[in-house]
Amino acid sequence: MVNPPAISFHDLTLGYGKHAVLRHLEASVPRGALLAVVGANGTGKSTLLKALMGELKPMSGSIHLQGFGWRDLAYLPQRVALEQNFPMDVHDCVAMGLWRQVGVFGGVSPAQEHKITDALATVGMGGMQHSTLSRLSGGQMQRVLFARLLLQDAPVILLDEPFNAIDTNTTLDLLKLIQHWHQQGRTVLTVLHDWGLVRQYFPATLWLTDGQAVYGNTAKVLGQQSERWVA
Amino acid sequence: MLYDLLFAPFADYVFMQRALVGTWAMALGATPFGVFLLLRRMSLVGDAMAHAILPGIAVGYLLAGLSLTAMTLGGLVVGMVVAVLTSMVTRLTRLPEDASLAAFYLVSLALGVLIISSKGSSVDLVHVLFGSVLALNNAALLLVASIATLSMLTLAVLYRPLVLECFDSAYCRSVSTFGVWTPVVFLVMVVLNLVGGFHALGTLMAVGIMILPAVVARLWTQQLGTMLALAVTVAMLCSWLGLLMSFHFDLPSGPTIILSLGGMYILSALFALRPQRGKVDSVRQFLQ
Repeated sequence: MVNPPAISFHDLTLGYGKHAVLRHLEASVPRGALLAVVGANGTGKSTLLKALMGELKPMSGSIHLQGFGWRDLAYLPQRVALEQNFPMDVHDCVAMGLWRQVGVFGGVSPAQEHKITDALATVGMGGMQHSTLSRLSGGQMQRVLFARLLLQDAPVILLDEPFNAIDTNTTLDLLKLIQHWHQQGRTVLTVLHDWGLVRQYFPATLWLTDGQAVYGNTAKVLGQQSERWVA
Repeated sequence: MLYDLLFAPFADYVFMQRALVGTWAMALGATPFGVFLLLRRMSLVGDAMAHAILPGIAVGYLLAGLSLTAMTLGGLVVGMVVAVLTSMVTRLTRLPEDASLAAFYLVSLALGVLIISSKGSSVDLVHVLFGSVLALNNAALLLVASIATLSMLTLAVLYRPLVLECFDSAYCRSVSTFGVWTPVVFLVMVVLNLVGGFHALGTLMAVGIMILPAVVARLWTQQLGTMLALAVTVAMLCSWLGLLMSFHFDLPSGPTIILSLGGMYILSALFALRPQRGKVDSVRQFLQ
């Protein structure tokens, strides 16, 4: 039985200025799906996530979120968008995930402190609360950002190229976490370039190419595209 | 002897007391925003904005002479207009933001100097460009103190969103509407502090008390709270030192304050290096 849709794209066209990068996307992402978004550079993968986050208005068409609002989305942008030299320690960075609970003035309760400790332990960064971000490697930083996602506890999680320039061990650890989210019934959309990872870990794929999109079972979608490339 | 050197000028002369109060108010109000400018990699944006307010101040001067209110309002309006125009030009053209700002501030500086020169004397021009911290009257002190108070209150309310937006703006926008308007309020406060600061240090120097203490503090610490406290302390200390040098050696006070901060920056750059062999060796080679 297929779950009801969590996200639906209706005739969605996205772009910058007058230049469309993604045209007439028609697809529904079922609740609890583990979806890889793949395609060459410039085909609109990150653009699609930005539109989902409400950062980019569609040129035409629409996006429907069913059963939750866009504030219930958790988003991990590409790491280049972050300032890793920012004078902050790991604890404070992860605590940002509690924004919805603590807001502008609220303090972090002992129970929430436990959540921070647990989240860091889950991503293999236990005991590193007081390390400054500038001392972390790329992989460690990504683990910290996944710990922040854990605290957000969102039903839909959007990840934009989370494994770029990350070592294999970290990638495998974080993939386990993504699979755990999937088992918990969360909907996860991940922009990826590595077909091997997509084949192995992601049951569904949205392939973006030349402004068009193909959506479906990963083996089928990647098989079709391989044939097209060989032909 | 030590008392005469370090404290007597402030105990004996009211103009020195006023100068110290004025610069300390600026240190409390403007310097924390300088820290955030630095962390957002916008140090030169602050510099450009400081130049950009000049035509507004000049128009105020043209209409009402050296009137505090007219020049403040003029600077404020033009500062905001330039901030909005820069953002629009960046969005509508292929120019990066720093290029748009450079264009605006060069034109603004030239226009401001032209307007003031057309009506006033070179003394007036020097006053506007470099300020006159030793001639702060009650109205100017009140203005600087009010802006400092407003700045501290704004920072108290916006601290958390500002940190969040500064570190990861995409995440900030995704979790809160603060992500949309925090940068706007931030820019308004920067312009306000620059306009307030120009009365004491002039349009060319006002940005110095914002950025230099932040740069010094950044060299010493990896913690934001410590960085803010250290930057404000450095700004206050160097204001005091600068005013003393200005008094004892009969030098213009604005530049001596900024040069004190500059000296602190050079010392910090030399001594606050992390104990990494490569870095220390490269400094040694440079000094040899």
